[in-house]
Amino acid sequence: MAAPLTLLLLVAVTVRAALFRSSLSELISERVEVVSPLTAWKRVIEGLALLDLGVSPYSGDVFHETPLTIYLFHFLVDYAEVTFMVSVAGSSVFSDYLFRKQKFALEADRYPLDCLELIRSPKEMYYIPLKVAMFYLLNPFTILSCVAKSTCGLNNAIIALFILSTIKGNVLLSAIFLSLATYQSIYPLTLSALLTSVPLSCLINLCVTQWICVFLFWWFIVQYAFMYLGSLFVIICLSFFLLGSWDYLPSVYGFILSVPDLTPNIGLFWYFFAEMFEHFRLFFLCVFQINVFFYTIPLSIKLKEHPVFLIFMQLAVISIFKSYPTVGDISLYMAFLPVWSHLHRFLRNIFLVSCVLLACSALFPVLWHLWIYAGSANSNFYYAITLLFNVAQILLVSDYFYAFLRREHHLTYGLYLKRKDGSEATLVLK
Amino acid sequence: PNIQQGRQRCIYGEVSPTEAGGGSDSPAPKPAASPPSVPRPKDDFQEELVIRPLHSGDIYTSFQFRTLWETDFTRENKVSHYRLFPKSLGQVISKFSVRELHISFTQGYWRTMQWGQPYLPSPPGAELWVWFQDSLTDVDGTWKELTNVLSGIFCASLNFIDSTNTVQPSASFKPLGIGNVTDHQIVCTENLTPWKKLLPCGSKAGLAVLLKSEKLFHSSFHSQAVHIRPVCKDDQCKTTSWELRQTLNVVFDLHNSGQGKNEWSLFKMFSRTLTEACPVASSSKIYIDITDNSQGEQFELSPATPLLSQAVVLGDRRTFSVYDLTQQITFGTMRSLNLLIRGKSSDMLRPLLHAERYVAGYGLQTGEIHTLMYNNHPYRSFPVLLLDSVPWYLRLYIHTLTVTSKGKDNKPSYIHYQPSKDRVRPHLLEMLVQLPPNSVTEVTLQFERALLKWTEYTPDPNHGFYVGSSVISSLVPSIVAMDTNNSRERPLFSSFFPSKEESSYFVRVYTEPLLVNLPTPDFSMPYNVICLTCTVVAVGYGSLYNLLTRSFQIEEPSPGLAKRIANIIRKMRGVPPL
Repeated sequence: MAAPLTLLLLVAVTVRAALFRSSLSELISERVEVVSPLTAWKRVIEGLALLDLGVSPYSGDVFHETPLTIYLFHFLVDYAEVTFMVSVAGSSVFSDYLFRKQKFALEADRYPLDCLELIRSPKEMYYIPLKVAMFYLLNPFTILSCVAKSTCGLNNAIIALFILSTIKGNVLLSAIFLSLATYQSIYPLTLSALLTSVPLSCLINLCVTQWICVFLFWWFIVQYAFMYLGSLFVIICLSFFLLGSWDYLPSVYGFILSVPDLTPNIGLFWYFFAEMFEHFRLFFLCVFQINVFFYTIPLSIKLKEHPVFLIFMQLAVISIFKSYPTVGDISLYMAFLPVWSHLHRFLRNIFLVSCVLLACSALFPVLWHLWIYAGSANSNFYYAITLLFNVAQILLVSDYFYAFLRREHHLTYGLYLKRKDGSEATLVLK
Repeated sequence: PNIQQGRQRCIYGEVSPTEAGGGSDSPAPKPAASPPSVPRPKDDFQEELVIRPLHSGDIYTSFQFRTLWETDFTRENKVSHYRLFPKSLGQVISKFSVRELHISFTQGYWRTMQWGQPYLPSPPGAELWVWFQDSLTDVDGTWKELTNVLSGIFCASLNFIDSTNTVQPSASFKPLGIGNVTDHQIVCTENLTPWKKLLPCGSKAGLAVLLKSEKLFHSSFHSQAVHIRPVCKDDQCKTTSWELRQTLNVVFDLHNSGQGKNEWSLFKMFSRTLTEACPVASSSKIYIDITDNSQGEQFELSPATPLLSQAVVLGDRRTFSVYDLTQQITFGTMRSLNLLIRGKSSDMLRPLLHAERYVAGYGLQTGEIHTLMYNNHPYRSFPVLLLDSVPWYLRLYIHTLTVTSKGKDNKPSYIHYQPSKDRVRPHLLEMLVQLPPNSVTEVTLQFERALLKWTEYTPDPNHGFYVGSSVISSLVPSIVAMDTNNSRERPLFSSFFPSKEESSYFVRVYTEPLLVNLPTPDFSMPYNVICLTCTVVAVGYGSLYNLLTRSFQIEEPSPGLAKRIANIIRKMRGVPPL
């Protein structure tokens, strides 16, 4: 298992190194699909230059990274490329390790006999970690994001570490990594809903009586919340002491939440708020931000026995509906797709969705060029492709959700279902 | 001077014609309200016109009107005697605790390489610089009120000056002040008329009769300005008086106004001739620059005048023919003065400091601002202070700043950078750069263009957005020794920027304003965009809602419509269904 993984890492590093040295790296680091005002490398350099000039980086509106990031890059600015490659390699290794360690219940006797073909054989599962690593490392989105030195790669690495420590059951590390991820961009807060589903699977053995179960459950929640909030508090205070002021709070979190910068990106916010009537701006801002956090509780209730799928759904929802998405965020949840390769028989729209995603990815640079450089198209063209891309992502995610739920239903009720009169049944959602 | 107590404001009325040619301290007939024992405040008014033929055939005329007002605001009384000083400006000074005020309205761009240095530089558009007294606490609020009051006085839309285009430079303009430059102000007759009203004689007598708008605005360059500042009355500066200078600089084009002939006269330029000096003026003179015409071979001047004067201005010793309008003999037998200047002037001295600015790059995403500064001195280098105020929607990246002279890197010795805040304040960059002799220094800075909200665009968004001129201030080494004795009587045009040392003089150069295009959204689409984006969000919401709230069930096929109706009828009849 180590050999194919090493080979994969070598290939990935070679591709990235080749792109770093070529003239394409400048071009890529300016693409709006790959970098956003939050994650652009140019702005990190600008923040460092402002710090050198003696001006606070947060006194202007160019720099929106957290203080810990400034200090990290203060020391690592010459080794930036290496840092990003390491973080990318790290995340893929973590996810690889993670999926190898995942427990799969092979309690065949729980399921009706005809479902055996739905259960994955160990042979299939053997290759899943490698496929996940491959999906992440060789995904063009990840490569572009790494070559552009977008700090999204760091965020992805922290989230991968969080998932790894959660699955392994290490509560403290999981809380620390989650607080780091939340500190960098607010949206991973929704991943804390995970803690409702994880303890159930962990503590199922300890439940002697029902009251102990409930007590243990709540005790676990309190413990986790305490560790999470505590580490978040520590990190925020540390940032205050690093730069000596609270300026970074409105610059980082106020910026993410209030979306003042309308630079085009692949998300839904920029054009919407460029064309918004002033009177309704605050209202729609609240609606759109609540939309990201809104699915947390229903999803965690529905998927409380399937934490990995819950993580996948949360990450997808964050990547689609966050205020400044980039392709780096998309590549993170797409890396999970090989884990559910057994669902392909229940997917309904996968061909359409993949065609649309490919076409939109190709059209983004074309229509950007037509709008900004050639002047023969206008912003509506780029906006239309943005809409289509997001619809395709939503369809992809909901398709996988449907397939997952359907498989669960079949596992419970049997694969070949019959109607009352004996003919083959069709399943619908009612 | 003693000033009356209390809130009396004595506004003296018109000056009678018998006072023509009188001195500066003989007052008008006394109104009954003022007690006779109080000495009258001594106001002084001087007017002058400088005409300089340029070597390209154009002609440069510069009017300067100076009113000195002896009063003291620092004493705790609000009494002000307004005799020659306009009441509106006096009230502005006292109400807003103004120490210095400079406002200029300019149309056109001063071409330094063709016309030389102007006596008073001004950027295209409108510019307002104010220094407040140290006792003022609420600077922002006062600034806002002041801009509104001034826009009323000058009939100019200065109320668009707000925090988004106002800067507080730390070094370029000493003493510390607040300044603003707005461009794209069309200067028109509505701005000239209130400006003329501030003059003691209005436009009825003296040099101001020449200021007729139809000829003045038919020119290549037109700039009118008001400068208010305190000046010292003696070398020790124990008492100060207020000086109001109103200046008007016009450059008439050879082909537009001159009809291609190298012959200029007052009538041709202004469609008026002079008949008398302003009666309240203590001095009223016309200076013609004849330095390049020492033997009279380049151009001739008529009527001839015996008066000659020499002055050191802009680092050069220039010779002027003088016409004194307070002497009746100037007007000759016709009682009117029409100066005639025939011929061209020779090549002028190349200006020592000169600057250009342009935007490089293509597309609507990024760009670069290049500022070129030329030092034409053959062997001396001197430092210049560059002040740039760039609006917030061009996001500057200070780490891309490069300064090169003669191909090599030239690091500025002082950089003060204040980054912009979106929709609140612009970028402010001040740099001290040493210009090597006989060289071009290029300053480049990259920027990114922002997408604004659809309501923030001007009605013609594809025209672009203006970026104000950058200001380059410097002490340029001068060829002749400058006169540092400021209290001596000198022509007005040579005493605006007082020289502190003999070897250099102060020069301020303004670059061109820039016109930058920003990417625009489609302005016809707000409703459509809201609907479409909300549709996409609703698609996401709907799919997830369905999957979260519904469960799988086996579908029983429902019978067709005909069968269902038949079943209902059968049920009513009491017969078993199909």
